Amino acid sequence: MTTEAATAPGTDALIDQIRVAVPAYGIRHDLRAIVIVWRRELIRFRTDRLRAITSLIQPVLFLFVLGTGLSSLAGRSMPPGVSFKTFIYPGVLAMSVLFTAIFSAASIVWDREFGFLREILVAPVSRASIVIGKCLGGATIATFQGVVFLILAGFADVPYNPALIVTLIGELLLLSFTLTAFGVMMAARIKQFQAFMALTQMLVMPLFFLSGALYPLAGLPAWLSVLTRIDPLTYIVGPMRDAVFSHLSIPAVFEQHLAPGITWAGWLVPLWLSIGIVAIMGLGMMAVAIAEFRKTE
Amino acid sequence: MALHLGATSSAAVRAGIGAGQPVISVAGLTKRYGEIEAVRGIDFEVAEGETFGFLGPNGAGKTTTIKILCTLANATSGRASVAGHDAASQRDAVRRNIGLVFQDTTLDTYLTAQQNLQFHAELYGVPKAAVMPRMRQVMDMVGLWDRKDSLVSTFSGGMQRRLEIARGLLHAPRVLFLDEPTVGLDPQTRSSIWKYINELKGREDITIFLTTHYMDEAENCDRIAIIDHGQIVAIDTPAALKASVGKDRVQIHTTDDPAAIAALAETFGIEAVTREGAVTFSVAGGEQFVPRLFAEFSVPIRSVSVSRPSLDDVFMSYTGTTIRDAEASGTDAMRQMAARFRGRR
Repeated sequence: MTTEAATAPGTDALIDQIRVAVPAYGIRHDLRAIVIVWRRELIRFRTDRLRAITSLIQPVLFLFVLGTGLSSLAGRSMPPGVSFKTFIYPGVLAMSVLFTAIFSAASIVWDREFGFLREILVAPVSRASIVIGKCLGGATIATFQGVVFLILAGFADVPYNPALIVTLIGELLLLSFTLTAFGVMMAARIKQFQAFMALTQMLVMPLFFLSGALYPLAGLPAWLSVLTRIDPLTYIVGPMRDAVFSHLSIPAVFEQHLAPGITWAGWLVPLWLSIGIVAIMGLGMMAVAIAEFRKTE
Repeated sequence: MALHLGATSSAAVRAGIGAGQPVISVAGLTKRYGEIEAVRGIDFEVAEGETFGFLGPNGAGKTTTIKILCTLANATSGRASVAGHDAASQRDAVRRNIGLVFQDTTLDTYLTAQQNLQFHAELYGVPKAAVMPRMRQVMDMVGLWDRKDSLVSTFSGGMQRRLEIARGLLHAPRVLFLDEPTVGLDPQTRSSIWKYINELKGREDITIFLTTHYMDEAENCDRIAIIDHGQIVAIDTPAALKASVGKDRVQIHTTDDPAAIAALAETFGIEAVTREGAVTFSVAGGEQFVPRLFAEFSVPIRSVSVSRPSLDDVFMSYTGTTIRDAEASGTDAMRQMAARFRGRR
């Protein structure tokens, strides 16, 4: 590109070119919008290395400190060659994407406070493409976070089996998407940054503790059993643990005890339903978010 | 030199279209927020290529009007159209044809200047082949091309505002909205922003709609609407508005101001007030009045100054208050409202 070509004589021609071509509403235009919103998330994540590192600290603490510390207690119920760390690994893996996914939506609240949201909302693109781009962007960076944590699988005696890793990444992606959609839905309504952080913070820990990430879902008291079945996180932590245990060579009795699957009053929830619940919740919350952003004052 | 060529050609284009339809037309527009009526039935039209200014104190309804024109808010009643499209029912068509620079910055400070513009180009669907040359063009126009790879967080307030103007132009809009484009900037930066805006008028075939509460900035407009308490009280060219006041402003320094004010009322029937430490009043034919003043006045005068009416006087004559006083009372009203709101809970 020559420097002279871009100066004054070309101005009118360029303006005419842009005015004619700036497209009417169309699917290709929406796709471009989705891609650029998604890309912005990635660019910002890349420049924010501190966030990437700090959000890995918590799962690492859970796996190595809590996992090792409790393994002497829990050791007796573990089969040979499998530690308590192996047992909690799938749950902690889910945790590694939990914060990143939900807090990626916090940037919406941030953008609103700092004005950038207005630049987005006044653009001639559908609100749906903005929300979709945002959800996919959050899902991508959170999954990336999870993949980093996957590298540590060996320390928890989880085998680096290609099929297992692909399954886990797929499940992480779905989980991240649903969590981001949840965050975006909240961000559509909550206008203050502090309020958003406080509320999500308050919700994240119960979600994690009730998901069965740290204990088996069998033999629980009725009240806890009911609560775990209400927690949407349960329906992704369950399949992730099943995936890990199906790649361990341990006696069936132990597998039955440690990864019993999710049951509704004795009925075993099949894998497709479990995954479907999480996917439908994600899509539903994204739809609510889109509707919220369509409102005009 | 090339710049001059560009100026002539787009000016010619503008003259050709100028005779046609108005670019912005507003009729009977109102907007209520609960009990507060922010805009109370305004009508106006803006012609193609015009620089049109909304002048008024904070809280007069300027930003609300812009928000309606830019499809960010719905009008309570009335109609607004921009570039031939209805602002309420044809939002996307309006959005494609407008560029916006808001009061507060709307840049992503974690991205570079170029990344911000790239983001905008994609959202507005600027043809891929045109993105780079156009990006260079608009950044050159505001003198930021050599800073394109810097993070926006490293930019000064003035540079950020310039970048926003460049971004607002990127998709070649027909109308550029500037909401208080120089608010919060120091005087030097303010005048440099105006330099860029005036240059841009020569280079691009564009209509500019701006709001301001600075009188001196309103002088840059082809036409001005004075807005106060949600209503347009006057609308004309700056020169015509000043002529309509018809009176000159006379300021005298005396040895005894209260006595001078009383004497003015008694001798000439003129109402005067003390402003900026001087006895100030308006009178037709100020220069002819001064000799009479010296001949017939009883209070000793130390100095006299006569000035042609400014937009300040225009604002004063239409609203009965200076823009600064109007703002002060507006803030009081807000405070009272806030107090009432707190009291209710």
